[in-house]
Amino acid sequence: MIIAVASGKGGTGKTTVAVNLALAANSANSLFLDCDVEEPNAALFLHPTLEHRKEVGILIPQVDEAKCTACGRCAEVCQFNAIAVVGQKVLVFPELCHGCGSCTLNCPEEAITEVLNVTGVLESGPAGAIQFWQGVMDVGQAMATPIIHQLKTRSLEVQPPDGLAIIDVSPGAACPVVEAVHGADFCLMVTEPTPFGLHDLRIAVEVIRDELHIPVGIVVNREGVGDSGVDEYCAAEGVPILMRIPLDRRIAEAHSEGVPVVEALPEYRAKFITLYGRIQEEVAK
Amino acid sequence: MKIAISATASDINSPFDPRFGRGASFVFVDTETGKWETYPNTAVSASGGAGIQTAQFVAKHGVQAVVSGGFGPNAFATLNAAGIKMFVARDGTVQELVKKLKAGELQEVDAAKRTVGLRHARGGGR
Repeated sequence: MIIAVASGKGGTGKTTVAVNLALAANSANSLFLDCDVEEPNAALFLHPTLEHRKEVGILIPQVDEAKCTACGRCAEVCQFNAIAVVGQKVLVFPELCHGCGSCTLNCPEEAITEVLNVTGVLESGPAGAIQFWQGVMDVGQAMATPIIHQLKTRSLEVQPPDGLAIIDVSPGAACPVVEAVHGADFCLMVTEPTPFGLHDLRIAVEVIRDELHIPVGIVVNREGVGDSGVDEYCAAEGVPILMRIPLDRRIAEAHSEGVPVVEALPEYRAKFITLYGRIQEEVAK
Repeated sequence: MKIAISATASDINSPFDPRFGRGASFVFVDTETGKWETYPNTAVSASGGAGIQTAQFVAKHGVQAVVSGGFGPNAFATLNAAGIKMFVARDGTVQELVKKLKAGELQEVDAAKRTVGLRHARGGGR
């Protein structure tokens, strides 16, 4: 089973929930994928030994000037203005290229070959019984999606998810989130009970449940702050609230020291096991 | 010499547009004969790479120089590859800027040093 942990709003506790769910579930053959490649931080709590490292990126065009006739077809078909033809010169702008391959396919002279433009790395290794993977995007890069795609493809190829795979998703509701949650059996949405949490949760639910048709359930984190807006929204939308985590200083203290909640506060282990059970019930529906 | 000037509207008397990649229109002027023609800039609505697209557009018209408020890094690279000179203006109508250019009153972007013309790099390449 693949469970994605998303939120909409940032800083609601996605990584906290993902990490503690993975530890509490204690499933054989389990995978943890940190797909928040702009700032992966689950490793701070799971303490993996990163044994493997692989550079990843996108394939960008390389033009063979001997074959190129500067006909301009590549620039015409590029939807991202990443390749320009002026006079007899062809310019490639790697930071704009999405690696779609249209220029290569359309070049009448077959003058274009594709080369890897490295934009980040995949790292993996054991974290106790869990096989841990993370993608790390290079500073200055803007496209997280290709890294997330390769992270998911490679990790699931190496170890098919016959056990449990937990995906820590980035905040938001745009391309990186869609790429990360795609193919999940269930999406856990972590929110805080504030107008900000609700605003972004609503958008993320529209994308993940309504467009991608992935069943969703809510974890309300830092209960005790804010208002009743999230509860009212969930009741009206028929979205189940699967867990409530109170605003508790001890959780924040453990977090600040890189200690998972289930280890610092053992009573939470049972609560996260219950959460895992409730997710299984929801998926079976 | 044939030049292109970014303009807020399709007329030689309209104020110039300080944006290059997302300049509303371009007025093409033959500085010897004074003849001009104008086209709207189709790159205005590009989601990214507007400067690159606009640079190719002016290059296709065979200009030797462009006047705008500034040039982003990608527009600069494309114009430079096309061998087009870049001049920076602050304000004025297209007509006034043609006169200023002919009088040598506009600052040229030094391709080697690139000390001017960075002001309006709005697209940021994304």
